[in-house]
Amino acid sequence: MFAIVDYDTGNTRNLKKALDYLGIENILTSDPEKITAAQAVILPGVGAFEAAMEALRQRNLVSVVQKVAKDKTPILGICLGMQLLFDDSEEYGLHQGLGLIPGHIKAIPKQAGLKVPQMGWNQNQLRQKDSFFESIDQQFTYFVHSYYAECEERFLVASVDYGIEIPSIVQNDNIIGMQFHPEKSGRVGLELLKNFQKMVKTNDFTCN
Amino acid sequence: MLAKRIIPCLDVDDGRVKKGINFVHLTDVGDPVEIAAQYQKQDADELVFLDITETNQKRKTMIDMVEQVSQQVFMPLTIGGGVSSVDDIKQLLKAGADKVAINSAAVSDPDLITAGAEKFGNQCIVVAIDVKYDPETDKYFVYTHGGHQKTDLEAISWAKTVVEKGAGELLVTSMDADGTKKGFNIDLYQKLDQAVDVPIIASGGAGDLADFSEVFLKAKVDGALAASVFHYGELTIKDVKKHLKQKVVTVR
Repeated sequence: MFAIVDYDTGNTRNLKKALDYLGIENILTSDPEKITAAQAVILPGVGAFEAAMEALRQRNLVSVVQKVAKDKTPILGICLGMQLLFDDSEEYGLHQGLGLIPGHIKAIPKQAGLKVPQMGWNQNQLRQKDSFFESIDQQFTYFVHSYYAECEERFLVASVDYGIEIPSIVQNDNIIGMQFHPEKSGRVGLELLKNFQKMVKTNDFTCN
Repeated sequence: MLAKRIIPCLDVDDGRVKKGINFVHLTDVGDPVEIAAQYQKQDADELVFLDITETNQKRKTMIDMVEQVSQQVFMPLTIGGGVSSVDDIKQLLKAGADKVAINSAAVSDPDLITAGAEKFGNQCIVVAIDVKYDPETDKYFVYTHGGHQKTDLEAISWAKTVVEKGAGELLVTSMDADGTKKGFNIDLYQKLDQAVDVPIIASGGAGDLADFSEVFLKAKVDGALAASVFHYGELTIKDVKKHLKQKVVTVR
């Protein structure tokens, strides 16, 4: 059973619909016991960083997610959920994240001709071989975000070019983050969710 | 770099796609779920559904439709037509929409744009603008209520206003070009591109492949929307993307 962390953030239901469509057993829950018992934990998220952290704190879920991470349960953060996995974010002041992947969340610089938020389909470059997610190479996925992760190259699985290099998939052992929305990225996105399921089944995080 | 988006638009009347769609493999020509799934297969980048149902009581039907489409189709969905309150926006997003397009209500109640953007983020608030050229003043004017009512709003300054109010994207239809199949209104989109810095979707006038490359190359829009050329199989999305690739336009 996969647990989708329910903390009143936007559009978690579309993610649930994608998992249902793929036949991946899942529950939408904020119950610490169910999250702790889950085979894998998915942390969705839309909105502002600190509001999301506060929503997790109110439900006493920060330590729960950190604990399952430590117990090597695979965790998949999506969009803002991926950003929460990092140390901190500069969105509306400096705010602390979950600290599961070393790195910082920064604003996408507004360069000539580039609109912020980055909203639309961008093409991924694989940055790490032998990953469960290598099918993403050269494929387009759907992004909606104004901030991006700055992290060491060893955590980078794939990235897109948006004036700067923006990490699209990151991984630190059992902790995975996807900046784009796999649940909105057509068959490529669905395949990535299936690959995550495969990774969970094999319990193999050896990509880095 | 971001791919330019090719977006089929579907008119929905009481939960059914109006006029039907002329795809070979459809068993039910009016079923929104089946049609959306076909467009996903064709690699459409996004779908726009416009509710043209005349009575407000049927809004629930649209919400059910969004719920059903989003269980089968995993791509960005924009829903418009008769959206007039924060609650309308909320219900559509909750049902599975990614973006909501506000048209007439943006004119009658511009604060709705701000209220929606503050509550749900400007990335999901699209303002749809129907415009018509006025030769006397050499300006474009905004029309509402499905193009039936002329307003005093000059389109380019209205576009700036709605972006200031929080619109995250503009879906701009040239009523002059719409239905002609003679190409998009390049002049209009060039002016809009200079006026605002949010994504612009061009709509109205798509007839052949060259129309798509022209609007992307000359007007720098982010997406191009079309209805009949796709629905009746005159062009496939694949054809359009192949053509755009040849013209060195980035597509998915």
